[in-house]
Amino acid sequence: MHTRKHILVIGGGVAGMESAIHLCDMGYEVTLIEKQDQLGGHVLKWDFLFPDHRPAYEITNELCPAVEEKATIKLQTEVKNIVRQNGHFEVALSDGEKLTADALLVATGFDLFDAHKKEEYGYGIYDNVITAAELEERFQNKIPIRTAAGKKPARVGFVHCVGSRDEKVGNEYCSKVCCVTAVKQAMRVRESLPGCEVFCFYMDLRMFGRYFEDLYREAQEKWGVQFIRGRLSEAAEDIDQRIIVKLEDTLAGRPLRMAVDLLVLLTGFVPSEGTRRMATMLNLPLGNDRFIKPSDEHLRRNLTPVPGVFVTGASAGPRSISESISDARAAALEIAAWFNNSSQHAI
Amino acid sequence: MINWQFTLHPDHTINLDTNDRTLARLLEEKEPTSRICMACGSCGGTCTAAQFEPVSFRHILLMVRRGETESVRSELTKCMYCGKCTLVCPRGVNTRHILALLRTMLIN
Repeated sequence: MHTRKHILVIGGGVAGMESAIHLCDMGYEVTLIEKQDQLGGHVLKWDFLFPDHRPAYEITNELCPAVEEKATIKLQTEVKNIVRQNGHFEVALSDGEKLTADALLVATGFDLFDAHKKEEYGYGIYDNVITAAELEERFQNKIPIRTAAGKKPARVGFVHCVGSRDEKVGNEYCSKVCCVTAVKQAMRVRESLPGCEVFCFYMDLRMFGRYFEDLYREAQEKWGVQFIRGRLSEAAEDIDQRIIVKLEDTLAGRPLRMAVDLLVLLTGFVPSEGTRRMATMLNLPLGNDRFIKPSDEHLRRNLTPVPGVFVTGASAGPRSISESISDARAAALEIAAWFNNSSQHAI
Repeated sequence: MINWQFTLHPDHTINLDTNDRTLARLLEEKEPTSRICMACGSCGGTCTAAQFEPVSFRHILLMVRRGETESVRSELTKCMYCGKCTLVCPRGVNTRHILALLRTMLIN
């Protein structure tokens, strides 16, 4: 068995876990490292998923035990240093262990954009401005949706594209999943607070995925969610701690203002700290969005120009969970093909 | 009348805190498809009257939903009820019915 190729998967989110499972199934030896004390990544923080509202734990309940059974898992572990030697990677880990890997799979994912940076939206300044991730946490912990003062909100606003499509914060790209997340959460707020008006402030609604358009329609038709096209220019607090928002209603061609009791910011994706570190350490090229750039955006989406280094999931750009899972399987296959195609790497 | 050499402009901002949106709610009850417009503008593109007069179903519905009811009165009188907008609407909004209801509620 000592001839088995060893692959180090860096990152234990859905992408890393899914790849690790499939690489193990193909007969490779896999070590998966995760910096947190638990496998699962961001999915652990989501309550339910678009477009079908299934509980998010169903994903981790399936992936975590499967990967734990098949691969060597190291939690609370990060990569300290990587040296390439004779076609192998000598990897030093944060716990002092050193291991040798024949290939590396970077699955270090994304972080959510820090909403403090959009100071004009008042996150961290006004108590009634929260992020979508914080709202999701309330859903998950069955905490009723209330204002900071503990009142039932009469109006909730969702701001799309916070930290996305915004050169002011250096992120020109679309984070892809925020639109549908806003619609998903808006419906849930309406469901849990029937008397509450819900508004989504958007520039474009990018309902790119299967069934997403149905969700948009259901939000309008069944739940009466109101969509106002226009990007928020600013949010300010009034004397009652309500949030006054200002924007142009671009469909009306006129400025619009209104007070909401709770403002939810749909923060976008940024490359995670781990992704940035791995890219620097391994000298991986980045796209202009600062996510890892694969060798070929169409044909080799998991291959990097550095031999033996592969990439999967949101470390190569904003992705939904289902996209990350498909991509992770593709990455496993790409790695197998790379081993098979290079004779000195034959399994 | 004294000429003060200046004029007062009414606020051009749509204020959803002060605007009365009762009509939009009434409209939703009578014609629920008034909720599902996605503002594509197919209605305005095909409108026979719009070639000659400033009228747009999309704009009328939007203004009613924002509580800017007064601004649509004159626009409503331009509609000839030919129903082409209903034929082209990709979301199945019952545009002709909405226009007729609004006319009844706002003008007649």
